[in-house]
Amino acid sequence: MSDPSAAPVTEVVATVTGTIDDVTVTVPKGTLIIRAAERIGIDIPRFCDHPLLDPVAACRMCLVDIEGMPKPQPSCAVPLGDGMEVRTGQTSAVADKAQQGVMEFLLINHPLDCPICDKGGECPLQNQEMSNGRGESRYSGAKRTFAKPISVSEQILLDRERCISCTRCVRFADEIAGDPLIDLKERGAEQQIAIGDQPFDSYFSGNTIQICPVGALTSADYRFRARPFDLVSVPTVCEHCAAGCAMRTDVRRERVQRRLAGDDALVNEEWNCDKGRFAFKYLDSRRICVPLIRENGEFREASWPEAIEFAAEGLAPVRGRVAVVPGGRLTREDAYAYAKFARISLATDDIDFRTRPASSEEADFLAARVAGTGLGVTYADLDAAPIVLLVGLEPEDESPILFLRLRQAVRRHGTRVAAVAPWATPGLLKTSATLLPTVPGAEAGVLDALATGGPDLDDAATTISAALREPGAVVLVGERLATSKGGWSAAHALAEQTGARLAWVPRRAGERGALDAGALRGLLPGGASLTDPVAAQAVAEVWGVSRGQIPARTGRTLSEAVAAALSGESQAPMAAVVGGMDVDDLASPAAFRGFLRQARFVVSLETRHSAVTAEADVVLPVAVDTERSGSYVNWEGRVRHFPKASRQEYSLTDGQVLGLISEKLGSPIGNGDPASLAAELESIPGVTAGRPAPSPVAPDPDPAAPAQGQAVLSTWRELLDEGSMQQEAHFLAGTRRQSVARMSAATAAGIGAVSGGEVEVSTDRGEVALPLVLTEMPDGVVWIPANSVGSEVYRELGTVEGRLVRIAAGGPR
Amino acid sequence: MTMTTPLTPVLTAHWDEPDSYTLDGYQRHGGYTSLSQAFALGPGPVIDLIKESGLRGRGGAGFPTGMKWSFVPQGDGKPHYLVVNGDESEPGACKDIPLMLANPHALIEGMIIASFAIRANHAFVYIRGEVPHVIRRMRAAVKQAHDAGYLGRDILGSGFDLDIVVTCGAGAYICGEETALLSSLEGFRGHPRLKPPFPAVAGLYSCPTVVNNVETISSVPYIVRNGASWYNFFGTVKSPGIKLFAVSGHVNNPGIFEAPLGITMRELLDYAGGIRDGHELKFWLPGGSSVPVLTPEHLDVPMTYEDMVAAGTMLGTATAMVFDETVSVVRAIAGWLAFYKHESCGKCTPCREGTWWMHQLAQDFVAGKATEEDLTKLEDICSNILGRSFCALGDAAATPYPGALKYFRGEFEQGTHTPAAGLFDEQASIVFEEVRAK
Amino acid sequence: MAIAEETKAELAEIAARYPRARSGIVPMLHLVQSVEGYVSQEGMQAVAGVLDLTVAEVAAVATFYTMFKMRPVGEHHVAVCVNPQCGILGGDRIWEVLSDELGVGNGGTTDDGKVTLERIECQAACTNAPVMTADWEFLDNMTVERARDIVSRLRAGDPVQSTRGPLIRSFKATARSLSGIEDDGLADQGGNNATDEMLAGLRVAQARGMVSPDGRSSNRSDSESGRVK
Ligand SMILES: Cc1cc2nc3c(=O)[nH]c(=O)nc-3n(C[C@H](O)[C@H](O)[C@H](O)COP(=O)(O)O)c2cc1C
Ligand code: SF4
Ligand code: FES
Repeated sequence: MSDPSAAPVTEVVATVTGTIDDVTVTVPKGTLIIRAAERIGIDIPRFCDHPLLDPVAACRMCLVDIEGMPKPQPSCAVPLGDGMEVRTGQTSAVADKAQQGVMEFLLINHPLDCPICDKGGECPLQNQEMSNGRGESRYSGAKRTFAKPISVSEQILLDRERCISCTRCVRFADEIAGDPLIDLKERGAEQQIAIGDQPFDSYFSGNTIQICPVGALTSADYRFRARPFDLVSVPTVCEHCAAGCAMRTDVRRERVQRRLAGDDALVNEEWNCDKGRFAFKYLDSRRICVPLIRENGEFREASWPEAIEFAAEGLAPVRGRVAVVPGGRLTREDAYAYAKFARISLATDDIDFRTRPASSEEADFLAARVAGTGLGVTYADLDAAPIVLLVGLEPEDESPILFLRLRQAVRRHGTRVAAVAPWATPGLLKTSATLLPTVPGAEAGVLDALATGGPDLDDAATTISAALREPGAVVLVGERLATSKGGWSAAHALAEQTGARLAWVPRRAGERGALDAGALRGLLPGGASLTDPVAAQAVAEVWGVSRGQIPARTGRTLSEAVAAALSGESQAPMAAVVGGMDVDDLASPAAFRGFLRQARFVVSLETRHSAVTAEADVVLPVAVDTERSGSYVNWEGRVRHFPKASRQEYSLTDGQVLGLISEKLGSPIGNGDPASLAAELESIPGVTAGRPAPSPVAPDPDPAAPAQGQAVLSTWRELLDEGSMQQEAHFLAGTRRQSVARMSAATAAGIGAVSGGEVEVSTDRGEVALPLVLTEMPDGVVWIPANSVGSEVYRELGTVEGRLVRIAAGGPR
Repeated sequence: MTMTTPLTPVLTAHWDEPDSYTLDGYQRHGGYTSLSQAFALGPGPVIDLIKESGLRGRGGAGFPTGMKWSFVPQGDGKPHYLVVNGDESEPGACKDIPLMLANPHALIEGMIIASFAIRANHAFVYIRGEVPHVIRRMRAAVKQAHDAGYLGRDILGSGFDLDIVVTCGAGAYICGEETALLSSLEGFRGHPRLKPPFPAVAGLYSCPTVVNNVETISSVPYIVRNGASWYNFFGTVKSPGIKLFAVSGHVNNPGIFEAPLGITMRELLDYAGGIRDGHELKFWLPGGSSVPVLTPEHLDVPMTYEDMVAAGTMLGTATAMVFDETVSVVRAIAGWLAFYKHESCGKCTPCREGTWWMHQLAQDFVAGKATEEDLTKLEDICSNILGRSFCALGDAAATPYPGALKYFRGEFEQGTHTPAAGLFDEQASIVFEEVRAK
Repeated sequence: MAIAEETKAELAEIAARYPRARSGIVPMLHLVQSVEGYVSQEGMQAVAGVLDLTVAEVAAVATFYTMFKMRPVGEHHVAVCVNPQCGILGGDRIWEVLSDELGVGNGGTTDDGKVTLERIECQAACTNAPVMTADWEFLDNMTVERARDIVSRLRAGDPVQSTRGPLIRSFKATARSLSGIEDDGLADQGGNNATDEMLAGLRVAQARGMVSPDGRSSNRSDSESGRVK
C-alpha cells in the first residue's frame, strides 16, 4: 500500500553551531540548548522540562550561563544560537551556583521520606541531590505539610508535600491527553496539584506517575510494593491492543510488579494507556497449570505426554473436519503455528482468527489489501496527512495511542480528522474531528458519496472529499466496519478513487500478525492466496510437504464453520482446536457454544477456565504474555519483537503445544519454538504482485428502518471495561467511564425517555438498562457500550452493531 | 542654592473641579481634540511623534513607549491589541488608581490614539479588582466616550474602529507583570509567560499586543495636543517629560505631585510639607517596595531613571514612601517580604520557595531570634533568587533586604538578640493622634 | 445552591463580551460571588459549563486570586491594609483592635454573619494611609476610632459612606458591580472623590503660582516652567 507521492519531502534543515562547555555542537535551528547538550553527552539537570511537552522553564534547574547575557538562562527554553557560548554548571561558577541554589530551594519543603517513597531509587530529585547536592541543609524552618495522600483517581494517589510544581502532570493531561482534569490550585508556596469535581479518570493518567520527577504521584496498586533495585526490567510490547506500544515490564520473583511505557519515538513516543500500564493482574489469576483431560464428563489432571497423546488421538479421526480458532491475541509466531498446524496436521482451511463480529467481505478485503503488505501507513504519516478519515473506528477506545498520535498530529501539524460515526465522542472532540453523522450500517453510502464528490455533499463533506484527494490523505478502517455490509467495498473504492492511503486498525494485538501468518481461511502465511499455485508451492517447500498436502480449496470463516456444523452440512467441522478466546466476544456466543457442545472433540489451549474449557475434551495450559517471547504486528504493519519477561519455565507456548500434537499426529510442524517459527515465517516469500481486489459487496438495498420502539444499535468496546484481561485490576476498574445509553432528543422523546432516566435496550435474547444521556446523533439510533458494567451487548443481547434493537423508557431513576 | 523645580500639573490640572472625571469636564479643557490631530497624522507619524517626545513607560521599567509601539508588526493580517495595565498593586504605588478615578477620559483618549497607532481595534483596560469605584468610573467613562462617538465604528469619520473593554482582576500583584496580565486576561492563572516571544509579537491570544501603563497612555493626548518638543522640554535628556510623583508616609502633607522628571526628593518633601513635625527622615524608597531603600544623603539625587540607578536604586513608579526615625527597618523589610511571599505566583522555584524562606528568616529578625549566620544566609538566598526567577517579581522580592542591609546592618544585627518591638516604639510610628495619646 | 438559569445567562453574556470567551472568567467568578457570596462548587460548575472547561481548570483560576473566596463571606467584607506603609502608620494597630473586638482572625466572620474581616495588601492608596476597605470601597485615612465606628455601623445596618465611592452596600453587591454585568449607576456617587492627598500637588502649584504648562488645556498664561536639564 505504499504510495511514493506520499513520501516525506526531505527538507534542507538550517543548522546553527555553538559551543557548550567548550564543545562545539551543530544542531538544527530552533533546537533548545538542553537538547543540543544531550547530543554531545552533557546532561543538564532538569525537572519541568520534558521533550514531549511545551517548555515552561518553571523549575529553573537547568539554568546555564550564556556568554553576553546578564543572567543565567533556562536551557530548556532557549534555543541554541549561532556562535552562542554556553556554559553549564560543569564549567561555570555562575551556572553552578544557580543550580545549587535551585536544588536547595526545592529541598527546603520537600519531605525527607525517600526510604518510604515509591520513587526512591529512581527519583530525579533524589539523584540530583545525591550527585550534586549540598549534603547539609541550611534550612531550619518548618516544612510545608499537607494531609496525605489524596486520591486524584482510584488509581492515582497524590502526596502533595512531595510535589515540586513542575506541572508535567498538568501539562501532560492538557496537552497530550486532552483531559485537563488536574490542575494547579492556590498560588505561591501554597500552590498544589488538585482535581475539580471529578476524578482524574483519563485513559492516560498513568503516564503522569511515570513523568512526575518526584514521588508525588503514585499508583494505588504499586504503592509500597517494591523498590526499584529489587526489580528486573524487561523491554516488552503491550499485548492489549494493536497500537504496538513499547513497554517496560518490571518483575520481581517472576511476578510482574508494574508496567511502564517504553520509549519508542516511532510508535508510542513515551506514553501508553492505562490499560497497558495497569491491566496485568490477569497474568497471575486463576491460572490453569496442569493439563486436564475429560473423563466421564469430569476433568482430571494429566501429565503433558498423556494429554498430548489424548489430544492427538481425539483429532486424528476427524482430520479435515476440524475448525481452528486461534483467537486474536496470539503472537505472530503462535498464530503461524496454528496456520501451519491447521493446513498440514489437520488438513483443513477452516481457520479464522477473528473471534469477534466479522464477515467474509472483511476477510476478502483484508486478504487483498492488508495481509503481508508490511509497513503501510505509519504514525508519522498521520503528522503529514492533510486528513485522516476514521471509519468504524473510535481511536480513544479502540486504539488509544493512535488517538494520542492523532491528537498530536492535529495540535502540532494541523492534520484534520474526520469520522464516519454516529456521534461526536470525547475522543473525536479532543481531536477536533469533523463528524459525518452516520447510522451504523450506512457507512458505505457515506463513503461512496465522499468518493464521488459532487454537489449533493454538504460543506463539511465537500471539504473532506477534497482533502482526501490531497497527497498523504489517510483512511483508517476499524474492525467494526466488518459488520457494515458493503463497508469494506466502499472503503476500498474510496481509496482507489481519491488516492488516499487505507489502513486497517484492528483492536487486538494479535490480529494483524495472525493475518500475516495466514491464520485466516484462504490465506497463506506471507499473504498470498491459498489458491495461488505458485505461492502454495513455495509454502509447501518451506514446510517440507508436497503441494497436495496443503488444502487446495478455500475453507470457512468461523461463522460459516459454526453455521455449517449447526445445520449439519456434510463435511462440516465436527471438532475444534481453540486458542485463547472469550466466547462472549463473538457476535453469536450461543451458536458457538452450541457448536462446541455438539462437536465430537474439542481441544482448548488456554490459561484459565472459560466457556471453551467448559466444553473441551482436553485443556492444554499455555504461556501467558510474560512467559513467552515473540512478536506482535501493530496496525502499521510494524513487527514488535519482545523477549520473555518472566523466567517461568513450566509453561509452553501455543506453538510448542501444537508442535507436540502435530508430532503425535504424524504430520509434524516443528518444535513450535518462537524463534524457529519466526525464522520460518520470514523465509516464506511475501506477496510480490498486488492481489486483485475481491468483487465489491453491495450494501443492503433497503436496511430495515427502525419502527416505533426500535433503534439501530451502535456499540463498541470502551477502553476500560469488563474485558477479561482487565480482571483483577480493581483500581483501574474504578476509573472506567460510567455506562450510559445515548440517543437523540427526538428518539428519546419518541419513547418517552428523559435525560438521566433509564432506557431499556432489548432483543429477544435479553435486555440492558442504562441511564440516558441525550446526545446529538442521527434519530433512530441508540448507542450503548459493548462490554461495560451492565452492558454486555453480545452476551446479553446477542446482537451486533447496525442491527435493530428495541428501546423503551425504563422505570424512574 | 538652585531654583526649585516647579510642579507641572497636566494630568492632574483639573482634579479639583467637581466634574473632572466626566466627559464635559474633560472636554472643557480641550479633551478629545487630539484625536483628529492623530487621525490626520496617520499611525506611523503618531508613533514617530511619541518616539520624539521621549515618553518612557510609567509602569516602572521606563521602556521608551514609541519604540515599543513600533515593534508591532504591520500588515501581518492578525488582530492587534492594546492592553492598559491598571493593576497598580506595588506597595507604595498610588498614582494610576487616582488618575483613573479623577481623569479617566485622558486614558481613553490616549487609548484611542495608541490603538490607532498600532492598528488595534480592540483595547482593554485591566484594573485590579479591589477598586470597584475606579472600575465603575472607568466603565462609565468608556460608555460616555462611546455615546459621544469617540469609540465604536468609524470614529470621527476617520474610518478607524475601536472597542474598549474595561475588565478587572481579583487580587494578584503578579497580574501587573505584563505577561501574567495577559495570562489573566486570557482566563488562565496569572502565571507569567516565556519571553520571547514578546507581547509585541505574540501577546494576547498570541497576537501582537502593546501593554502600557495607565499613566503612560494618559500622557499621550497631551503630547499629541502640545507637541513632542513641548513634552521633552521638561525633564532631562534621557528622562524627558512630566511624571506623577507621590509622597506617602511620615510627611505632613502626603499626596500626589506632578512634576518634571529630575525633581529631587528634597523638593518633593518640601512640597509635601516636610517630615512630620518633631521627627526626622530615616529612610525612603523612590518608587515602590521593589526598589532598594535610600537615606537622607540621597535627597538631592535627581529623580530620573538613570540617576536613581546610579544611586543604587530605581525610580520605579516614582511613588515615594517616607519613614521617620520611629520606624524599624527590619519590621518594614519583613512586611514587604511577607507581601512577596503572599504574592508569589508559584510558577518558579526560586520565587516560590525563596520568598517562603526569606519570610521565615525575616520574622526571626523581627522577633530578635535570628542568628549571626542568618544575616549572610538571607543575603545569599536573595542572590539565589535575583536573576534566577522566572519574572521580575522574584527579583523584586530579593531587592529590599540587600539594599537595607547596606545602610542598616546594625539593626539587622540587633535582630539576633532583640525584637524590633523592643528597639522601636511601634505606637510612635502611628499617624493618628488617638492612639499616640494613649 | 443550584445556579439559576438567569445567572447562567448572565455568565454567558459576560463571556460573549470578549474575543475569546475564556477571557471573561474573572468577571464571571465575581458574578458567581455576587449570587453565592463566595465561589461555590456549583458556581464553578456553571462557569465551567459556559466556558467548556473542567472544574479543575476553573478552580485553578479561582483559587489563584485572593478576592475569590472559597468559603461563604459575611454580608460585609471589611479589610485592613497591613502592608508596611499602612501597617506602620497605624494599620497594624487597627487590625489588632478590630480582630480583638470582633473576635475573629484573618478571614473570619462575626457570629452574626455581618462582617468578614481580612488583612489585605497594598491598595494603591498609600498617600491616604492607613486605609481600609468595606466591600472593597475605599475608606481612607483611617483611625482606630473611625474603624470601630464603621464596623459597628455596618453591623447595625447604618449607612457608611466610602471616602472615594458610594455608600457601602454589601459584599455581594460589589461583586455584581465588579462583574460589569450592568451599570450600577454609582459612578457619580460621592462626588468627584478627589481627596486632599490627590490634590496636594495641585494646591501647592496653585498656591505658589505654578501654572499648568499645558498651554491649551487651560486659559492661564504660558508656562515658564523650569527646565531641569
Ligand atoms: C511583579 C510586577 C508587577 C508589575 N505591576 C505593574 C503594574 O501594576 N502596573 C504597571 O503598569 N506595570 C507593572 N509592572 C510592569 C509591567 O510588566 C510592564 O512593564 C508595564 O506595564 C509596561 O508599561 P509601560 O511601558 O507603560 O511602563 C509590573 C511588573 C512586575 C514584574
Ligand atoms: S505532582 Fe509531580 S508531575 Fe505534577 S507538578 Fe508535582 S512534581 Fe510535577
Ligand atoms: S528544566 Fe528548565 S526550567 Fe525546569
